[in-house]
Amino acid sequence: MDNPLTPRSNDLGLTAAAKANKPIANQDAKSFFAQLQGFWVTLITMFKKVNTVQYPEVKEPTAERFHGRHQLNRYDDGLEKCIGCELCAWACPADAILVEGESNTEEERYSPGERYGKVYQINYLRCIFCGLCIEACPTRALTMTNEYELADDTRAKVIFEKEDLLAPLRAGQLQPPHPMEAGKTHIDYYLGNIKGGLNG
Amino acid sequence: MTPEQALLETEAPVEMITVVIDGFEVTVPKGTLVIRAAEKLGIQIPRFCDHPLLEPVGACRQCLVDIEINGRAFPKPQASCTIPVENNMIVKTQLTSPVAEKAQAGIMEFLLINHPLDCPVCDKGGECPLQNQAMSTGRPESRYEGVKRTFEKPIAISSQVLLDRERCVLCARCTRFSEQIAGDPFITLNDRGALQQVGIYENDPFESYYSGNTVQICPVGALTGTSYRFRARPFDLVSIDSACEHCASGCAMRTDIRRGKTLRRLAGDDSSVNEEWNCDKGRWAFKYLTSRERVTTPMIRGADGELHEASWPEAIAFAAVGLKGKRAGVLVGGRATVEDAYGYSKFARVALGTNDIDFRARPHSDEETSFLSGIALGLTTSYKDIDKADQVVLLGFEPEEESPIVFLRIYKQVRKRALAVLSDAPFASRGSVKLSAKLVTEISEISGLTSKSVILVGERLSEKTGALSSAVALAEKSGAKLAWIPRRAGERGAIASGAISTLLPGGRPVSDASARVDVAAAWSVDSLPSNPGRTTSEILLALSVKNLDAVVIGGVDPLDISNSALSQLLNSFVLSLEITHSAITAVADVVLPVAAVVEKSGSFQDWQGSSRVFEKAIADSLSRSDVRILSMLADEMGTPINLPTVAATAREISALGKWDGSAVKFESARSVKDLATGDKLNLTSWRLLLDLGTLQDGEANLAGTARTASAHISNSRAEKLGVKAGELISISTDFGSLELPVEISEMSDNEIWVPRNSIGSQVIAHLGFVSGQVSVAKA
Repeated sequence: MDNPLTPRSNDLGLTAAAKANKPIANQDAKSFFAQLQGFWVTLITMFKKVNTVQYPEVKEPTAERFHGRHQLNRYDDGLEKCIGCELCAWACPADAILVEGESNTEEERYSPGERYGKVYQINYLRCIFCGLCIEACPTRALTMTNEYELADDTRAKVIFEKEDLLAPLRAGQLQPPHPMEAGKTHIDYYLGNIKGGLNG
Repeated sequence: MTPEQALLETEAPVEMITVVIDGFEVTVPKGTLVIRAAEKLGIQIPRFCDHPLLEPVGACRQCLVDIEINGRAFPKPQASCTIPVENNMIVKTQLTSPVAEKAQAGIMEFLLINHPLDCPVCDKGGECPLQNQAMSTGRPESRYEGVKRTFEKPIAISSQVLLDRERCVLCARCTRFSEQIAGDPFITLNDRGALQQVGIYENDPFESYYSGNTVQICPVGALTGTSYRFRARPFDLVSIDSACEHCASGCAMRTDIRRGKTLRRLAGDDSSVNEEWNCDKGRWAFKYLTSRERVTTPMIRGADGELHEASWPEAIAFAAVGLKGKRAGVLVGGRATVEDAYGYSKFARVALGTNDIDFRARPHSDEETSFLSGIALGLTTSYKDIDKADQVVLLGFEPEEESPIVFLRIYKQVRKRALAVLSDAPFASRGSVKLSAKLVTEISEISGLTSKSVILVGERLSEKTGALSSAVALAEKSGAKLAWIPRRAGERGAIASGAISTLLPGGRPVSDASARVDVAAAWSVDSLPSNPGRTTSEILLALSVKNLDAVVIGGVDPLDISNSALSQLLNSFVLSLEITHSAITAVADVVLPVAAVVEKSGSFQDWQGSSRVFEKAIADSLSRSDVRILSMLADEMGTPINLPTVAATAREISALGKWDGSAVKFESARSVKDLATGDKLNLTSWRLLLDLGTLQDGEANLAGTARTASAHISNSRAEKLGVKAGELISISTDFGSLELPVEISEMSDNEIWVPRNSIGSQVIAHLGFVSGQVSVAKA
């Protein structure tokens, strides 16, 4: 039996249409008005408000929850929230994140608790902005900003390092490494009991 | 040992019992635990404390199941890890019994009450039995709303093991391992009730050579290794089965690689060798590769006396000029794989036309050469023979220090059935004490051996003239099984590959013309050199007096041989094949970089003579195995050895096969009584497991648990010298001296023992020999 998927001929049925003597398109006078009707849409759009954005001269804000570039957040005294647990990397379906953990010491402390993320890279050539990493993060260290201008001219430039991703220091925040607030533990940090900058 | 293994090993009929588990019948040997019988059916009962190689304890209660025997049910669910099967037993696990399921969920809830929710920072996260089983059998939500018990964390119970007490579920696996397997009960459960915790004794640090196993068997993240802490997650790692390169025990290992670097090594599972254990050296000593400066490109010593980087063709051509037509020797070192050693052996015979090749980078004797070429390869004693032995005799061999897995096997039998152990050590070391070894001073004193006895001979026995001969005579007289256990992983394989002056590959004697013809035909060469070759010390001597012009050196540390070895190389052409810069590369004329164990495939032969094959762990490494480089060099010299890859070499070795003709006759030596006279003492020494060995470089946490060096002397000798325990004495020879604190042991007044290569006690470098007469005085 013939394979039903194989076309019998390659004239797409035009021969059959010609034989049946059917018109190929509406060519009578009635159809002229039908075509005018189509141009009506074009006409009235000319008098409507223009939607074109003059990007990059003009940049419009994105939707509030737009998934843009990631940010590594800090506690109010400047210590990093990231504990280097790699759960973001684990959750990532595109294998875009690389994390390497390291131990905090009393002399050199980057985050409350024992562990911090020493290496933190996101490869934006791979990232699909799905946000699963944000859901996985146990300390809310990783969130997404609305920044979307991530194109660049080399591959290396779109692999963002930890210093590219860390939130900028706000007033009262101190650049780590520095000790935890006196008398506070990592649990206080986690519970949000740190107010203001370092030692008030 | 599980009953199944017992069945395999005794081969005696064992009563079989049939039980019904979840409606399925299973027949198992009598004595099998319910949890194991269920495993046989593929039914997984959750567990934490249960471990097939440890005695049952029923500590965690996670494996509760419903059991009825002869129609009578137990009133409450029972721990399946402590109850052996019985006839007419019906077991219902969590799969068929709601009671068991609820009991397990309840236990899990209890275990989680005080378990911290720090999985994100815990090294066990992702490979944690508690995480997994909480998901599979726990309640979805905890009803506990109180405050969790917390402890200070982590505390270092040794420099390499950290303890987070709040994560502990009190399964007692670590404490049982230390007591039952390693015999080092340094770790124990303290306090009671909710505050019960694992701890160490205040005055005894956790200085066990096997402490890494407690980290591996901990079912939660309570015990973690310092050097792996926070390094990676399981999903980052590429795991490769490998073999251990550190000693001749032959452990199966697992190497975990992340981005081209070894991050950790775990004990592999091989019930006929290391069971599921390994020693701390095998587990943690892998940073030697990254800690020292790696040789990355070929180097040639220029006219200015400095090494300069060169291209491969340039360096190979330079080396070929230096070797071609010259009188050259080959020093292989004891760490080469079987394939690499075969490459050196073939290179020496075909390209250099000499039998001047030796793998021994340590003190050695002609008696040993004769023993290795005539007897060693024919020895078939194995771990199984230790399991069945009625007596074990240790000669020149300290198992805990020199082959730790052999120690574990002996200790297992000592613990199980009070196996008698004899040792010729001068004093009872910690290992000997654990084995309750009886010390003998002379081999001739040993009697009462049977054909079930095992004589384990270490490489150090060759240092006493005549001792190897006495050991061989003892084995022949009593019918006892003899085994030769070298310290290094490559030594037995090197003998089998012919990396010794008296043997060609496969144990073919150089002195046997038909063996030479045999090998020459296989190698497609006209003939092989027949003149007797030199040993390591003879090669070095010949180099220094210009009887040899050149030498090819594999992984050799000159200070392992003698304190003059390095200076003996200075006047000759030295080709060094090395992984890192070393004392040899500092004097070499050409240095060629070679692959380390993780970067190549190959095999070792353990002391039993069985092959331990390993694959390349770092897949994208460009480093080449020694054999491949030797093959390139031989091509350049116009005398090809045709060993382009490790796989091709392995094929050639197996095609060549073993020698079936007669072996070299062992020529025994008369033993010499070397009695100390006057003020002099007889010095003996051996290497401790953790010492200044090259392969332990760069791992400070491991070095932190090394035993402190001290000199052992008898009580009356100490009194005579006027020193107390802990005070310094000075030990001197004509060559030099060293100072060590005294430790008083029960031993002969004429004996003194010091560690051979520990901090403050490098015997060859400081005293000039490893055994002999020394003067001792209060420092």
